[in-house]
Amino acid sequence: MNQPHICVENLNVYYGPDPSLRDVSITLPGRQIIAVIGPSGCGKTTFLKSLNRMVELAEGARVTGRVLVDGEDIYSPTAEVTAIRKKMGLLSQTPRPLPMSIYENVAYGPRIHGLNDRRKLDEIVEFRLRQVGLWEEVKDRLGQPASRISIGQQQRLCLARGLAVEPEIILADEPTSALDPMSSRRIEECFLELKKDYTIVIVTHILRQARRLADYAAFFYCGRLVEHGPAARMFENPTQRETIEYVKGIIS
Amino acid sequence: MDRRRVEEAVMKGLMKAATLLIVGVLGLIMLTIFVRGIRAMSWSMLTQTPKGGFYLGREGGILNAIVGSFYVAGGATGLAFAAAVPVVLYLNVFCRRGSRTAAAIRFLLDVLWGVPSIVFGAFGFLLMLAVGLRASLLGGIFTVSLFVLPILCRAMDEVVRMIPSDLLESSYALGATRLQTAVRVVLRQASAGILTAVLIAFGRGIGDAASVLFTAGYSDQIPQSLTRPAATLPLAIFFQLGTPFPQVQDRAYAAALILTILVLATSLLSRWLGRRLTRHSIP
Repeated sequence: MNQPHICVENLNVYYGPDPSLRDVSITLPGRQIIAVIGPSGCGKTTFLKSLNRMVELAEGARVTGRVLVDGEDIYSPTAEVTAIRKKMGLLSQTPRPLPMSIYENVAYGPRIHGLNDRRKLDEIVEFRLRQVGLWEEVKDRLGQPASRISIGQQQRLCLARGLAVEPEIILADEPTSALDPMSSRRIEECFLELKKDYTIVIVTHILRQARRLADYAAFFYCGRLVEHGPAARMFENPTQRETIEYVKGIIS
Repeated sequence: MDRRRVEEAVMKGLMKAATLLIVGVLGLIMLTIFVRGIRAMSWSMLTQTPKGGFYLGREGGILNAIVGSFYVAGGATGLAFAAAVPVVLYLNVFCRRGSRTAAAIRFLLDVLWGVPSIVFGAFGFLLMLAVGLRASLLGGIFTVSLFVLPILCRAMDEVVRMIPSDLLESSYALGATRLQTAVRVVLRQASAGILTAVLIAFGRGIGDAASVLFTAGYSDQIPQSLTRPAATLPLAIFFQLGTPFPQVQDRAYAAALILTILVLATSLLSRWLGRRLTRHSIP
């Protein structure tokens, strides 16, 4: 196993009086694809969003426990939230391009972190768009609004935008659920390519997708982390009753 | 015929009557100011300031009021905009969702929106007395800006509130601060709506008489400095309508016609510009 990258210790997340995520402890291996699986409403997305403190933006959200990224507790009062988020690219369920051109979408991240050199930005935009296989499709219309390209292209654009701030970790929240099968496959291919350099945490409710992609899997049920381990073992020999039932398709 | 059909027919009839009533009233207003105003309308009305004896029916025009209105409403809208942008960004980006502070501010703005403009006029006048400012362009701009501020804030707020929260989140996820997100994403996404709000506020500002009555004063000259009094179209209507001479009263209607056309042009402009600005917005 690679170097552990993210270490979660006794994490609880509350939106109200009862925790939505209960006492989660897990160490996520680096440079692998980690699938977070489980039925809807089980806390998958909350778990993902607690990794880059996006969970705090929800109304009345409260977090206890620790999340260590590269050994640093991101919930400590001295942690700089923008630096933490820069480390992690987030891909949401529906692609949300920013209200600007294709070029500016990718350049947005580097710009907000202080890069204004046009030539460097050009390089970054081209490099990241190539990385997600979008360059050939959009190179002649970089100035066009990002909302004009297809939704599958938008999702890859969002991935390129996230990569442009040079994260170490990619968090993806059901990134293919709004896409057609072809576009989904292209996103999956991107992930398989990217895992050489990045740690990828992907929330998915599609079991087959998890089987295709994951090196490691974590199963959530009713706000608890039931079981986690290498993907092969999780899918072939789960030990907990809920995991067995979920993997067999009895509960979903 | 069964009961439900009768109900349907009656209600439909009432709705049509109501629509007709509104359109009819609007049509009558337009017709009145057009018919009476067109008699006094001339090129010199638009291009000249009042000459001696203008209010007795002699030579001149109301260029002073047209320009003065633009100065007052334009300046006031600009000033109010500068204050409203931070308010709106604070409410929507810096306040947490479901924040009580934000709810309280919105409530207060709604209350202010309902305050009659004459009250703003009186308040502005008191402030001017306190600092020793006479009726002037500056006083008018300041008072009208107070009057349009709540309108502008709430109109912009409604637009900015419509922005999906995950659009902001995708900016935060890249490590953007709230300020960066507010300026680079929120203002851009809402630009068309913000422009509409600005022009609505301008329309309200240019059409209001009571707030400029004591504060901007009135003058037959085009104001050359901020400390000089400025004429405005609503007061031009008011003063000319108050004379006993029918031809001067007709000029009041001409002024009303000009004002109405200006407001109409403003709203058409906002639609046209709005369509151009939404180019990059996310649907």
